[in-house]
Amino acid sequence: MRIFSFSQPLGFMRLKWPAIALSVLLILGSLLSFATKGINWGLDFTGGTVIEIGFVQPADLPAVRQTLTSAGYGDAVVQLFGTSRDVLIRIPLRTDVDQSTLGDNVIKALNASLTEPVTMRRIEFVGPSVGEELKEDGGLAMLVALIGILLYVTMRFEWRLSVGAVMALFHDVTLTMGLFSVLQLEFDLTVLAAILALIGYSINDTIVVFDRIRESFRKLRDTSVDDTINDAITSTLNRTVITSLTTVLVLVVLFYMGGALIHGFATALLFGIAIGTYSSIYVASAIAEILGISREDMLPPPPIEKEGENTDALL
Amino acid sequence: MLNQNPLWRYFVVIGMLLVALVYALPNLYPEDPALNISATRGGTVSELTRAQLEQSFSEANVAAKSVALENGQILARFNSTEDQLQAREIASQVLGSSFVTALNLAPATPDWLAAIGASPMKLGLDLRGGVHFLMAVDMKAALDKNLNDMVQTFRTDLREEKIRYRNVQADLARGLVVLSLRSVEDVAAAEAILKNRDRELVFTAGPDELTVFVSISEIRIKEIREYALEQNITIIRNRVNEIGVAEPLVQRQGSDRIVVQLPGVQDTAQAKEILGATASLEFRLVDEEGDLSAALDGRVPPNAELYKTRDGRPVLLEKRVMLTGEHITGASSAFDEYSRPQVSIKLDAKGGNMLSAATRDAIGRRMASVFIEYKPGTEIGEDGNPVLIKQQEVINDATIQARLGRDFRITGISSPGEAQNLATLLRAGALIAPIQIIEERTIGPSLGKENIELGTTAIQWGMVCVLIFMVIYYKAFGMVANLALVANLILIVGVMSMIPGATLTLPGMAGIVLTVGMAVDANVLIFERIREELADGRSVQQAIHHGYDRAFATIADSNITTLLVALILFGIGTGPVKGFAVTLAIGILTSIFTAVVGTRLLVNLFWGGRRVQSLPI
Repeated sequence: MRIFSFSQPLGFMRLKWPAIALSVLLILGSLLSFATKGINWGLDFTGGTVIEIGFVQPADLPAVRQTLTSAGYGDAVVQLFGTSRDVLIRIPLRTDVDQSTLGDNVIKALNASLTEPVTMRRIEFVGPSVGEELKEDGGLAMLVALIGILLYVTMRFEWRLSVGAVMALFHDVTLTMGLFSVLQLEFDLTVLAAILALIGYSINDTIVVFDRIRESFRKLRDTSVDDTINDAITSTLNRTVITSLTTVLVLVVLFYMGGALIHGFATALLFGIAIGTYSSIYVASAIAEILGISREDMLPPPPIEKEGENTDALL
Repeated sequence: MLNQNPLWRYFVVIGMLLVALVYALPNLYPEDPALNISATRGGTVSELTRAQLEQSFSEANVAAKSVALENGQILARFNSTEDQLQAREIASQVLGSSFVTALNLAPATPDWLAAIGASPMKLGLDLRGGVHFLMAVDMKAALDKNLNDMVQTFRTDLREEKIRYRNVQADLARGLVVLSLRSVEDVAAAEAILKNRDRELVFTAGPDELTVFVSISEIRIKEIREYALEQNITIIRNRVNEIGVAEPLVQRQGSDRIVVQLPGVQDTAQAKEILGATASLEFRLVDEEGDLSAALDGRVPPNAELYKTRDGRPVLLEKRVMLTGEHITGASSAFDEYSRPQVSIKLDAKGGNMLSAATRDAIGRRMASVFIEYKPGTEIGEDGNPVLIKQQEVINDATIQARLGRDFRITGISSPGEAQNLATLLRAGALIAPIQIIEERTIGPSLGKENIELGTTAIQWGMVCVLIFMVIYYKAFGMVANLALVANLILIVGVMSMIPGATLTLPGMAGIVLTVGMAVDANVLIFERIREELADGRSVQQAIHHGYDRAFATIADSNITTLLVALILFGIGTGPVKGFAVTLAIGILTSIFTAVVGTRLLVNLFWGGRRVQSLPI
């Protein structure tokens, strides 16, 4: 069974300008969304307290809110989490109360006023300094990863491809974060992990295509650069689609069966993998092409002729 | 002949898989809810205690799976968490306060597996429930205290050398001591004297020629910070043992942070109180004239108080406190010239003066060190938390041999271990930098359990989906890839169980799911390549050979970059993210192994070196 079977390479590079225009547009849109809507940073980044409680019966949210307001936590955000019996309470950072005992106090207050006892499922408190550091560390991790990849690809391939790969990664990360900004999904620690995993996945995809581009350049002597790249992308298309498919398959499973805590992770990766597959074809390869990659850049270094080599061959 | 492998390769690969399988096995046995019972300082757990417990459990109709005495601790296993909780109540009633009862999950690894060191994966707190604290040590307080001590020391030193000063003052904001003297000659002399006493001092000229700024070297600052951190870690370790946690983790993180993980602890309020309780230290003279037996009957002399030593011996101490722990700047265990264990104690200038004055007329008398700690008791206060009980004990008493000053030592300690213990307690009573909780994560046991179930089902279903897809798409070769995928999962679990530092977290489980999806990539690359080679008209054997050969370079390149990302993630991330990075990295390595080496063996075994006309691919 095969998904695609082409006798002729597809003309991917014909669409490179519209594709780049689309990507630029999407990046600008994401940046605009960062500027206007911002990112809905989760507790891990903003600091504050999150309390997850469980009820036996479906939760009575107004009663929970009422209790919290009368206990002096009027700024608490109360919502269902995953099921109708799990409630998530978010309390922003405050200076007037001891944050480290806040979670325990809230549970006590709820148990005192609600008829049904609540079970504590989780309490998380993150101080303001920790969140800031996490943002810095996360940003640093991405930067270090991008530089590391830039160096490795330059060493193994060529600088034009290296720039293309890093631009593609930048593209994927920006668009995924853009999605979280536009939809105002919560950006927490697991989403950060997903984005870093996405960098790993996307570069994997890009390298496979690049490897083939290099091979095609060496194989096809009298073909234009466009057609060579088209040939490489076409011949890896099956693999690209199948791997994306299996990965998307498990991510869909993860999304539906992994529980509410892992939703953000699965969402980021699902979207990111779709984007990453597109970008390794259009962004990475197209940029390398626009930067003027040519056959000469891809040829192996000329073999050094050894004296007497020819005579040996004759024997 | 193409595509044939020597027999030994099969043995190596099968051997590796078997080892991984054996080490992965313990994960299949569910853990028992258990109680860990150990004695507090000075007590011992004996067979008698064990028998007593077993009887109490059966009297209360709590079915215990086993109650065993191991390594000086009692481990009691139960069938359910309800039994376990009930048993804890019983145990603490029966045994009293001289024992610590900790909730635990004991791995139910069969003996033959335990004998070869196999144990289940360590689960992160998000999977097993418990509390995680991140604490920051207030380094500013430690450095400020040091500056204030310096001021005291300088004043004493200058007075001793008869150099008159206008002012000696600490400038906490700038982190230095401002020294104003009366003449230029005095400036030089003061610098020389102070420099001579402490080589780590740095002198810089002040705004006028009679003022000097004194600061301490970077090395010394680093030392002070290290000391403050170490001190806090030591104290927290001691306290954590009191809370009764089976496998606590107390670890430094960076230059001023401490991570504390208490698996299984639910009552965070109590845990926080214990961790945050203050300890202090007092030196007092032993009242040797007082009537000890009368005091034991309740007739304590008016100027004395009755104390107990750590081994329970009563002792009468004078009410007057000679010195408190805040003046201690260092305490370390060492050996004297006859290689007997001793503890050297350093005091700040003020403490040195106080002790010197207090011991002038007390040579030949005994001096006791009293350790004071606040611990939660069994009584519950109005706020619902246990009432803190002040607990005092005499940790050492020794005869004063000479007038004591800034540096003195305690000798006549029975063992090096005891000396070390004493030094630790002395330091603990002199806490110079307070700590603050800056991050807390508490996961309830039900959520932890749920997370494991969710993660496991996700892995299973993800796996099933990929397995079905591969068979449909690649037929017999898909089966080969599927075998590799199963082997890959066994390897991941086996390696995770073998590496002591690897902890499975919820994001880590997500990482495994992701690995399952991505692991087939290498096989997809290879199989697509083989199909292409076949389409180009190569023979079956040539196609297999070139397919693997050519795909390998691509697989290596693409996975090295992914591995790079995993390493960066591990280096920079903390907690759950680190767990994710570990599983991702292990998954990449094992998937290359199974997909390239493993499937090659199988493909060669089935189709290699034979006259096959076409491949089922």
